[in-house]
Amino acid sequence: MEKRLCDLKTGDTSEIVSSAHMEAAMACRLSELGFTEGATVRCVGKSPLGGMKAYLVKGAVIALRDRDAADISVNVQTSER
Amino acid sequence: MNTEAKYTAALAGNPNVGKSTVFNGLTGLKQHTGNWAGKTVEGAVGYFTADGDVVCLVDVPGTYSLTPHSPDEKVAADFITAEGEDAPNGIIAVCDACSLERGLAFVLEIINTAKPVLVCVNLIDEAKKRGITVDAEGLEKRLKVPVVLCAARQGVGLDLLKKRFAELMRSAWERPEIIRDTADEAKRIFTECVTVEGDPHTRDVKLDRIFTGRWTAVPISLVLCAVVFFITLRGSAPITDALTWLFSHVESAVRDLLALAALPQTVVSLVCDGVLRVTFWVVAVMSPPMAIFFPLFTFLEDLGYFPRVAYNYDRCFACCGSCGKQSLTMLMGLGCNAVGVTGCRIIDSPRERLIAILTNSFMPCNGRFPVLAVFAAVLASSMGIGSSSVFTTLCISAALAAGIFATLGVSKLLSVTWLKGTASAFTVEMPPFRFPKLGDVLVRSFFDRILKILWRAVAVSVPAGAVIWLFGNISVNGVSILEYLVRLFDPIARCAGMDGVMLTSFVLALPASEITVPLMMMGYTSGGVLAGTGEAAAVTHFLTQAGWTPLTAVCAMVFTLFHWPCSTTLITVYKETKKLRYAAASVIIPTAVGYLTCVLLNLLFS
Repeated sequence: MEKRLCDLKTGDTSEIVSSAHMEAAMACRLSELGFTEGATVRCVGKSPLGGMKAYLVKGAVIALRDRDAADISVNVQTSER
Repeated sequence: MNTEAKYTAALAGNPNVGKSTVFNGLTGLKQHTGNWAGKTVEGAVGYFTADGDVVCLVDVPGTYSLTPHSPDEKVAADFITAEGEDAPNGIIAVCDACSLERGLAFVLEIINTAKPVLVCVNLIDEAKKRGITVDAEGLEKRLKVPVVLCAARQGVGLDLLKKRFAELMRSAWERPEIIRDTADEAKRIFTECVTVEGDPHTRDVKLDRIFTGRWTAVPISLVLCAVVFFITLRGSAPITDALTWLFSHVESAVRDLLALAALPQTVVSLVCDGVLRVTFWVVAVMSPPMAIFFPLFTFLEDLGYFPRVAYNYDRCFACCGSCGKQSLTMLMGLGCNAVGVTGCRIIDSPRERLIAILTNSFMPCNGRFPVLAVFAAVLASSMGIGSSSVFTTLCISAALAAGIFATLGVSKLLSVTWLKGTASAFTVEMPPFRFPKLGDVLVRSFFDRILKILWRAVAVSVPAGAVIWLFGNISVNGVSILEYLVRLFDPIARCAGMDGVMLTSFVLALPASEITVPLMMMGYTSGGVLAGTGEAAAVTHFLTQAGWTPLTAVCAMVFTLFHWPCSTTLITVYKETKKLRYAAASVIIPTAVGYLTCVLLNLLFS
């Protein structure tokens, strides 16, 4: 099922499909951080005041603002809730 | 650079991979290792010997690629890709064994620059604990560059690294083929050389459920903050008293000695009442809180707590059109505003960086804590309640809350007016929690922070003490210069619930906020002599005697919190922005906020 990265719930694992809608500089930064096409991403938490989520990608935990994560589309694989 | 060094090497890598620990391990220097992206704000330089040859090692800021996004990363990329005379002879690329795939992508990018590269896979011990196994030989074969497994904190693998680096320098370097898709290649090499058993992240995910949990994150951060201040204030009071006692004896000894040398009374007074009093006051009042605050601060920093703060409170910053990393620079500002301003280099967007720079002095730095604590004690005694560490902690926490509130408010104001724009994208890496080595925390906070800041404060207090003594003792038409200044500032100060002496002291304390209180006391005695290096209680008594009401104390606290930053910070703002108007703005904005708040308080409550 295809979703936006920011719509993942804590515990969801997904695979990145594309980040085509993103502004070039940001897309570049995110791919350096590990958010590349085909990468496996797990949502590991939500910031207490909202607006940000933490993702485990390639062995590191990176937090993104939901507004930015909305431009990445993912394929949800498993959910361990 | 040292001319004796045979080779120059750059130490490159992603943030949080323990690069600085590798640097310290190789060079024996004690460079501070932070646990957040962008800790190495300026490259440190050290030397090590590799098989008889001296190597000059440059620690460049951590970066995710050679395409820089922030000024900080530009420094790194420029140094790594430099050509000609300035070019490093080789690159030591540090990777975290726990997030090797991402590290490898960066390594491949560096290999593409055609410079000799040695890969150091660090934190191999941590990886082992997490069930990650790295095949070094396999990596070496595929990357076609030397690979060394290290655990720099324990000193494991560093000797081998030195040996392999010497070999690399002596062998003929063959330019490898350019790799087009570094991310793809990194993934392939990673799957072939690294095996992972189980889920390596269980522990951190669990800890983050507490430190960044929905119901626990905010209370924990507030409690941590209160505990840090309480311990700092409670612990420093007896040390301050002891130092004061010691210094009063030193002072009388110096006085006797100078008198024996038959120096004129004026000189004796200049040295003892001017220079020594101010300097001793600064040391006695400032160093104990620093000695306690900085180790606690460094501990939390090394633990990896600060990026969590940025994550927890990002929504506030996003709403104010500023960058989430601003909370990190605010935390740095809590230690020293000049450091906070320099730290703003980690912010990518120039607009957001400027907002963070201009609002940094809203965070009370370590030089202002003791001043706030003194005023809090005066407030307590003028209200007739006994002064206690709890009351002072509450006052300082309130001051900090006001500082945060003002930072957010002014950031919002700036981002809808002068520095118009919307918040740009923001990412923050949350490194694994790493329990710091306590000895290292103590040693580093002492050498890197306490000594540095204390030395600067002393260097400023010596001339400041002399100047102020001269102001107080040189009379024109029977009135001292200090008195003229006090009269000049008095009407302006009265509108804001203060008096001329207070405002004069704030003005004269421009070189270092720490000397505000001794200046005030000197102003009140008007003889130009600082009244005793009194203990906390004596100072409180003195200021209450000078006619301070609770309102005066509150206004003094507000103005301490919001006024022009110290001269070092101002110079730093100018250096970082290269524009006089921004340095001017960093004076005008907080001063306007502080003065107007005081005027308002005065109108409402006097």
